[in-house]
Formats: sequence, C-alpha cells, structure tokens
Amino acid sequence: MGKIIMAVDDSASVRQLVSFTLKGAGYEVVEAVDGREALEKLKGAAVNMVITDLNMPNLDGIGLIRETRANAAHKFTPIIMLTTESQESKKAEGKTAGATGWIVKPFKPEQLIAVVKKVLG
Amino acid sequence: MSVAGIFETTQYLTFKLEDEVFALDISKVREVLDFTTVTKVPRTPDFMRGVINLRGSVVPVVDMRLKFGMEATEKTVNTCIIITEISLDGETTVLGALADSVQEVIDLEPDQIEPPPRIGTRLKTEFIKGMGKRDDRFLMILDIDTVFSADELSLVQGTEPVLTQT
Amino acid sequence: MTDKHIAAYKEEAYELLADLESSLMELEESPDDTELIGRVFRAMHTIKGSGAMFGFDDIAAFTHEVETAFDKVRNGTVRVTSGLIDVTLRARDRIRSMLDASETGEGADKAEADEIIAALRKLVASGDVSPEAETLPVPKNVKKKPTEARGPVTYRIRFRPDREIFSTGTNPLPLLQELREMGDCRVIAHTDAVPMLEEIDPEGCYTCWDIILTTDKGTNAVRDVFIFIEDSCSLNIDEIDKKELSNEEAHKRLGDILIERGDLSEQDLRKALGKQRRIGELLVEEGVVDERQIESALAEQKHVKEAREKRQGAEASQTIRVPSDRLDALVNLVGELVTVQARLSQTSASSSDAGLLSIAEEVERLTGELRDNTMSLRMLPIGTTFSKFRRLVRDLSAELGREVEMTTDGAETELDKTVIEKLNDPLVHLIRNSIDHGIEPPDVREAADKPRKGTIHLSAEHSGANVLISIRDDGAGLDAGEIRAKAVERGLIAPDAELHEKEIFSLILAPGFSTAKKVTSVSGRGVGMDVVKKAIDSLRGTIDISSTRGAGTTMTLRLPLTLAIIEGLLVEIGTEFFIFPLSAVEECVELTAAESAVSSGGHLAHVRGQIVPYIRLREQFSIGGSRPPIEQIVIVGLDGQKIGFVVDNVVGEHQTVIKTLGKVYQDIEGISGATILGDGTVALILDIPKLFVAVERQATV
Repeated sequence: MGKIIMAVDDSASVRQLVSFTLKGAGYEVVEAVDGREALEKLKGAAVNMVITDLNMPNLDGIGLIRETRANAAHKFTPIIMLTTESQESKKAEGKTAGATGWIVKPFKPEQLIAVVKKVLG
Repeated sequence: MSVAGIFETTQYLTFKLEDEVFALDISKVREVLDFTTVTKVPRTPDFMRGVINLRGSVVPVVDMRLKFGMEATEKTVNTCIIITEISLDGETTVLGALADSVQEVIDLEPDQIEPPPRIGTRLKTEFIKGMGKRDDRFLMILDIDTVFSADELSLVQGTEPVLTQT
Repeated sequence: MTDKHIAAYKEEAYELLADLESSLMELEESPDDTELIGRVFRAMHTIKGSGAMFGFDDIAAFTHEVETAFDKVRNGTVRVTSGLIDVTLRARDRIRSMLDASETGEGADKAEADEIIAALRKLVASGDVSPEAETLPVPKNVKKKPTEARGPVTYRIRFRPDREIFSTGTNPLPLLQELREMGDCRVIAHTDAVPMLEEIDPEGCYTCWDIILTTDKGTNAVRDVFIFIEDSCSLNIDEIDKKELSNEEAHKRLGDILIERGDLSEQDLRKALGKQRRIGELLVEEGVVDERQIESALAEQKHVKEAREKRQGAEASQTIRVPSDRLDALVNLVGELVTVQARLSQTSASSSDAGLLSIAEEVERLTGELRDNTMSLRMLPIGTTFSKFRRLVRDLSAELGREVEMTTDGAETELDKTVIEKLNDPLVHLIRNSIDHGIEPPDVREAADKPRKGTIHLSAEHSGANVLISIRDDGAGLDAGEIRAKAVERGLIAPDAELHEKEIFSLILAPGFSTAKKVTSVSGRGVGMDVVKKAIDSLRGTIDISSTRGAGTTMTLRLPLTLAIIEGLLVEIGTEFFIFPLSAVEECVELTAAESAVSSGGHLAHVRGQIVPYIRLREQFSIGGSRPPIEQIVIVGLDGQKIGFVVDNVVGEHQTVIKTLGKVYQDIEGISGATILGDGTVALILDIPKLFVAVERQATV
C-alpha cells in the first residue's frame, strides 16, 4: 500500500504540483488548504508524512507543526516545511517547533521526491 | 552349413549349467570371477541375483540357471561369475552371469556351427545363435545380447506392486 | 511541468490579484488591521513562490520586492501609508500585465517595473535590505557546476544523532539507506549506549552508527544526506582512502585506525602491543575500547582493502580455469578414498591399537574436509542455464503465436555441475510444455481478463540437501477431467479409479500421454513428459505438479545437491545392508519401547507423543530370516510428514559414495543406488520419496 502524504498549502497551484508529483511517485496524497483543515484531517487519517507551507491563513505552518507534534499519534510523523530562502528565521522556528526538514521554494519535482525519500524511506 | 553372421573362426568361452555346456563369444567376456557375495536388490525376479562390487563398480548378476528354467545355482568351489559386456539399448553395459563352472576357451570354425534346432531345447530358440560341435558333444552358443536384452531384463522393472501389504 | 499546471497557476494568480486589490482598498481604510496586512503578504508570497516554480521568473523577482516591503509592514518596521498603498496597487497592476504578457508573448515594460521597485524601496528605505543579494530569489540552486570528475573516495562517517532526534519526526534509517545507494557501503551500529530496560526512554535514540562508504559523489553530497539534522547530531566525515593513494601502500593496522578515530590513545595501544596476542581481543579485554568499536574498525580495514582490490580487479584474477574432466577425476579419487577410509575406520575399530585408532580418526576428519571441498568445486550457479532459456522462450512464443515473458529467481543457487547438465533437457521440455499447453494465445487470454502477455517464472532455491527448481506459468492450468478421461482411454487407469487431483496431474508423466488437442512441432507428439520424468528420476529427483484451472501450473523439481557422495545412515536387515540418506532421517528409536505405548498394535508407533505410521522393511523387501527381539525404527521426515521404517539394527553414519545400479536396475522403486562398504560388500541406498509414496499408497488401501 502506498504511503499517505498530506500536502498543506493555501495556494491551489502549489498543492496541485506537490500532489501531482507525489502521486506520480506512487504516494497517496491528502490535501489541506490551511493549518486548521490539516489538523482536522489529521485526526482521523493515517497520514505518514506532512508537507506544509508556512504562510497560511487561519493556522500557519509553524502552528500546524506545533499542534501536530502535540498529538500523540503524530509525535514522530515526518513534517517537511516549504520555505523561501528569505525565511531563515522561519526555518529555525519551524525546526524548534518540530519540523523534520524543509524544502526551499521554488523547487523541482525531483527535489521534492528526494526529500520525501530521505525522511520517509 | 553355416549360420548367418558367423563367417570366421571365433573363440568361445565354454561353461556348464547343470550338465549342459554353453558357449559365449569371447569378445563379449571381460573376465571371470570366483563367486563372491551378491547383494539382492529387493522386489526383483529371482533370476536377478543382485549386485556385486567389481573393483568399485556395482555390477548386476544374473543367475543363468534360473533364467534358463533350471534349479537355482548352488554355490560350489567351481561356481563363478562371468563378467560380460553387452549392448543394452545401444549402451554398453557390464553384467555378470552366474555359472556352475567355466570349462575352456575353444576355437570354432564357421563350418563347425549349425543352426539351432527348432525344438528339443528348453531354451527360447532366439537365445541360441547356433549349435557348436566339439568332440561329438554339442554346445549351445548363446546370443548373450538377446538373453540380456532390455525385454528380457525388463521383467525386473515394475513387476510387482511397489510395496505389498504384509 | 504541464500546461495544465501553468494554467492553474495563472488562474490562481488572477484570483489572488483580484483579492489583493480589495484587500489594499480596505487596508487604506484601516491601516492597522494586521489580518489584512497578513492577507496582502500571503498573496504576494504565493504569487512569488509559485511563480518561480511554474517558470514565471520575472513575476517572481518583481513580486519579491513587494513581499519584502510587506514583510516589514508585518513586522511593524514600516507603516501603511496611502503612498505605500498607491505603489502596491501599481505593482499589482504590473504583475497582472506581466501575466497577460505571458499569454500574448509580448515583452513587458521593464522601465515601469524598475520605477515601481525604486519607489517601493524608497518608501521602506529604513530597511536593511541589501538589494544585491535579495533581488533575484530564483537562481540559487538552478544548476550546480559539474563537480570535477574524480574517482571513488572512501569516507568514514561517524553519525551520532541526539537522543531527541525522533521528536522532529526524523528516522535515521532512510538516511543510512540513502548512503547505501550512493556507493559501496558498510554500516556498523553501536548499541552499547542503550541502557537497561527500566531506565530506557522509549522515545529516545541511543544508537549511533559508523559508516564506511566508497562513493564518487563527493563530500558535499555525503554531508547533504544529513542536511536536516546537522544541528541535532554529531557528524564526522573523514576521507580515509583516496584513489590517488597507491594500492601498494600498506593497509592500516587496526590499532592505527582506532587511534585515528580517537577511540584509543597511543599509550594504551603500545601497552597492549607489548603482549603477543590479537590486538582486538586484547584491547577489549583491557577495557580501553569496546567490541563494537573494534568491529567497526575491522570493518573499515576490510572495506578499504576490498575497495582497493576492486580497483585492481581486472589485473589479477582470483580464479583459475580447470578442465571439468580433471575435476571429475578428482571427485572419483575422493570417492575411492572415502571408501578406503571407511574400511580403515572399520578395521581400526576392531583392533585394540589406540595409535591406529587415532590415525584412523584423523584420516576420517581429513577425508571429510577433502570431500566437502571437492564437492564445492563442482558447484555452479544455475543462472547460466536459466539465461539460455530466454532465447528459447522468445523463439517458441514467436513460433506458437504466444506473448510470453520469462522471469527468474534464485539464479545464484548452486548445484552440482553434472546435475545442471542433465537438467537442461528436462527443463527445455517443461518450458516448451508451458508455452505450448499452458500459456493461452493472447486473444484467449484477453477474453479471460488476463494480460495478453503470459509469464513463465523459473526459480531455484535450496531446501536442505535438495534444490527446488520450479517452472510456474500463468496459463490455462491443467484440466483434471480431461487428463482423467485420456488416461482411462489409454488404459493407464481403471475408469472407476479413485484418484486425488495430484495423482491425476501426475498421470501426464506417464509414458505415451499427451493432452494436446492439436499436434504441434513443439510438443504433443505423445513423447516428452515421461522422458522428463525418466531424466529427473535418474538424477534421484522428483516432480511435483500443482495447477489451478485458469490460473496456471507449477512444476516443482526436487533434486539432490550432488550426485556423488552423501551422508548416509547404515542399517542392517538380516545379512543385508541399506543406507538412508541422513538428510531425511529424523531419529532412531527402539520399536518395543515405542510400540508398547500403542494399544491397537497396528502399524503405528508412538514416538514422543506423536503417532507415526511404520512399515517393516524386512517384509517389504522380502528378506528372509527371523526378526531380532529388539528392532529399531528409523523415523524419516519428508515434507512435514513422518514415517517409520523398521530395521534390525542401526549401524551408524556412513560416508556414502553413490554408485548407480545401472540400466538393468534403473526402475526399482524404493532403491536409488548402491554404495560399497568398507569390507567390500554392496549396500543399497533407499529412495525415501519413492518409499513414502508407496507407504502412502498402502495406507489408503
């Protein structure tokens, strides 16, 4: 069975690109438009990994990471944040919140897959 | 009158079964052994006496007396095993023949050999190549390839149901 | 990247721009609304971030400036003024026209863009933005310069993750896997830091790793593997063997490696070297290093050595070629030696000469080793035979209008050269059969909802002293009814015979059997399967057929590893000797004791709480003489089943040089060959699978 990855981004085009790339590599993808929807969807689902944008309405990426880590079921779930290189401080903040790694936007599909492989095996 | 297939002087090894004398083309004979322990292979006809160890090879031995419908061979000081080389389905196979005693090696001219009689012997006529005459005595020249043909020996194969309930 | 994605981006960007416009208007009304500021920032952020990914580099670069400005607004360093709103609105329109321009292909007006950026920069001038570094966000990792081509380098990587590494969702194992994929890699895990169970924190990571990796990817690539956890682990990457280093250079000694790694002080090493023992053992004993550290250092030593050897590889080959008849001659000699050795052991055992006895034992040991070594010389992987069949499958499927793919498994499985040679023809026949009778024509397959292309899977695996070779197809499967009808028609079985499915399937191995409705040039001439059976029998093997109608057929050949010598158990019945292949023997027990536990008195023995059916070989083989008061049961297992064979006496283990019984005795069921004992008499080797079948047949009567 394919592993399930949640893609969280308020940008539909980024979600679509992430989702398309991951599906092409054999993963199943669950999408969420922001941190709040992501948390909602994480409650019931068996998600193996989360890829989240940082700047989002309602609940941003950092908040999502913190809340996810507080959930016992996802204490060890890999979380990758999508950052831009101008967000060094955000990256550090994300790491402190419990992010596993990051991808710098813009990224190429193969970079995304490489990172997923690195943390998901 | 000569026999088909025998055109020149040939040497024969003669041997006795009960009181009848038989002869074998010497080219078919590899050696003659004293009687030795024969290991019976289970579920084979009685005339298949078993196997012996011939310098590291395992060689089957046929009791010629039983094969020719006589009493089973009793072991005496003269009992011996004639090791023959026969052609079985085109393959050269080594086979031992149990005989009461080995007599001698003789030369027979083609004109000393007559065709086998149709009747008057207890052997199947196809086993006999011809009747040799020697000092007013007849000896039966065996067609050893036929005696030991696959059909004859196939009696060995799968004759009985594999294991009989006891 | 597809047009679909680009279109999606544009659509999204237009939406965001529309939203941005109204947000900016509102913001002008209430300049302190942080929620509104956030919305503006995120809109810019998304347009920029996605723009770069979808190839709108100009938009990304331009929007970056606006985003930077609003980042400052968000942080409170710049206040929202109507001037800012003005410029931002102009910027928004500018982005829009850039999107439009991408549609029409017109070049956008560069001058206007520069003007807007200049105005923005002026407005947020208090900022510390360094325009040089920040103007172009895109290019960073667009293209790496091709690294200088260099040969493989061996690295020593010491990876010590922090205890809390799991709390960020990091799993170290994929990282190790990533390293393994980079080249020739050895991983040694150190687990000595794992505490006792009561003290363990189940969410903590106590393991660390030493990795020796030979790769041509370069140090940075190795370091990049750990990029996410640089701050949460201790990581040392050292080059320990470069290509430029000469191969002749002495291999590092264990002690040197340990010192280099900092696991050991030179002083301790010198102290240990003073004693003449293996350095590793000594150091562990002294407690200066632990076993895992030694193991790890030894692995490094070995790895570097192998990496160097690989480089030399082609120059000095480690193998020699020997004509196979010389090998055969050697095997024959060893066979004779084994026989003589048995005689020596027997003779010495009956003498009271202790000196002779110890020599005999020594000879026995050496002969055993010599035998094993000689036998291993004859072992070949079956792979070459497998690959020969690819062509066969290709040609046959073309000839017969089938589409067939051949897959293999276990090509590295080794078995005796003679067995492999004799296996060729039967396998060819079985494969032909599968393609001809098994795999359906493509159209028929399609109609049956199967892929057009059929599959034939060849596999080999070891199973004790045997090798299992199977030919599996996903074709039509065997039709038990048809086979049965045919067998009755041919007089092979009685019309009312009661047969299991397996027994029916095995009828296709009977002489003169053919179920093909149409005679082809490939098979179906009524000869074949019985020939296969004969050939496998002569190898002392068996054929098992299983088949599911519509889903395919599997033929499994069970073959002995070698034809020449086996370990046997010598038993005695009357004056006759027999050999059980030791691999099949489970145990030997006295019959009286075993049987006394059974009340019925039937042919069932009670052995260790198990009911084991048994037969008397004396009766089965019609051996004369009377039974001794105490008989022995040899319990033999095959495919999970147990059967006992009653014999007079168990003599003991015997190195059995297998001699064929020849053509005359080739079809004797229950006997697979003969061997010559130390005293020159002949003992017969029992054919366990055939005896099993026979006993089963009896049991069902």
